[in-house]
Amino acid sequence: MTPLEQVQQQFAKDIIETHAFRGDETAVIRPGVLLNVAKFLKETPELGFNFLMDLTAVDYLFFAGGRISKEYRFEVVYHLYSLKHNHRIRIKVPLTEENPEVDSLDKLWASANWYEREVWDMYGVKFKGHPNLKRILMYEEFKGHALRKDYPFNKRQPLIGPQN
Amino acid sequence: MSFISSPTGFFTGKLNEALGWARKFSIFQYPFVTACCGMEYMSTAASHYDIDRFGAGFPRFSPRQSDVLFVVGTINHKMAPVLKKVYDQMCEPKWVVAFGVCTCTGGFYDNYATVMGIDTIIPVDIYIPGCPPRPENVIDGLIKLQEKIQKGEQNRTLYDPRTKIGRPAEMQEGCTISHPIKNIESSS
Repeated sequence: MTPLEQVQQQFAKDIIETHAFRGDETAVIRPGVLLNVAKFLKETPELGFNFLMDLTAVDYLFFAGGRISKEYRFEVVYHLYSLKHNHRIRIKVPLTEENPEVDSLDKLWASANWYEREVWDMYGVKFKGHPNLKRILMYEEFKGHALRKDYPFNKRQPLIGPQN
Repeated sequence: MSFISSPTGFFTGKLNEALGWARKFSIFQYPFVTACCGMEYMSTAASHYDIDRFGAGFPRFSPRQSDVLFVVGTINHKMAPVLKKVYDQMCEPKWVVAFGVCTCTGGFYDNYATVMGIDTIIPVDIYIPGCPPRPENVIDGLIKLQEKIQKGEQNRTLYDPRTKIGRPAEMQEGCTISHPIKNIESSS
């Protein structure tokens, strides 16, 4: 049984969507069950996902030039890898614009700490239970979140030098 | 130049010329290296191209002991106050070289993070464009800097992006370069 099938079996009603292409397995889950799914993936011996390889987010505002509209705006993406079993899984969590908030995975994988700070910095997604959720790349004086699609790409708010 | 080429062998030059001559061959540089241009800077500074021939082979890692600030690599808004501080710590007389197109104008970056030319923060004397500039280009810039030091010139003005004043005419959009860089034969 592949990791995706095991997750499907365990969390059948909380999985919105799955797909698998040549071993590239993805599960889109409800935000509320993220912590349980993550615990299950890490602590089940035959899954053993002990490595959070990447944690990032996607802003689907104006997706495909506005031709495709989704009912949610953000998606937080987790890439997990098991060093023991050499398999991978991708978990996606859709979040709405009104409430971009999801549980922190800092307690499970320490690498989530800085990733979550980066996602907060760039997309403004809040992580519940994060021990130190502050900006990691931009300076504290920076207003807004730079990688949101409604942030003007040529807007400047420097610490010194000309503003616009 | 009478100081150097005096036919009688006497010091006939003025004091400023003598000072300029001394200064231009003892450039103590401060390399402010932040990005990939640093590799090209190192290759220029190392023995193959050997900027020690121009008296600039002695990098100081304290701004208080240096004459020329080499800003090598992209400067972002978070780094900008640091660069300004380093510039302010340097003793007079001081010059600034913008090394690479990112420091000159921001280069291909046009985003929330990048300073669109360090001349919006500190006055720049010599611009060396290129991504990264070839060693020949750097040496060309260094020779131009030496000429400037000999004349005792220093830039004191900042570039204002609204009025577009403060940059050389060659850097304005749609301009053709009137003095193309001569190719220096590589020794390899």
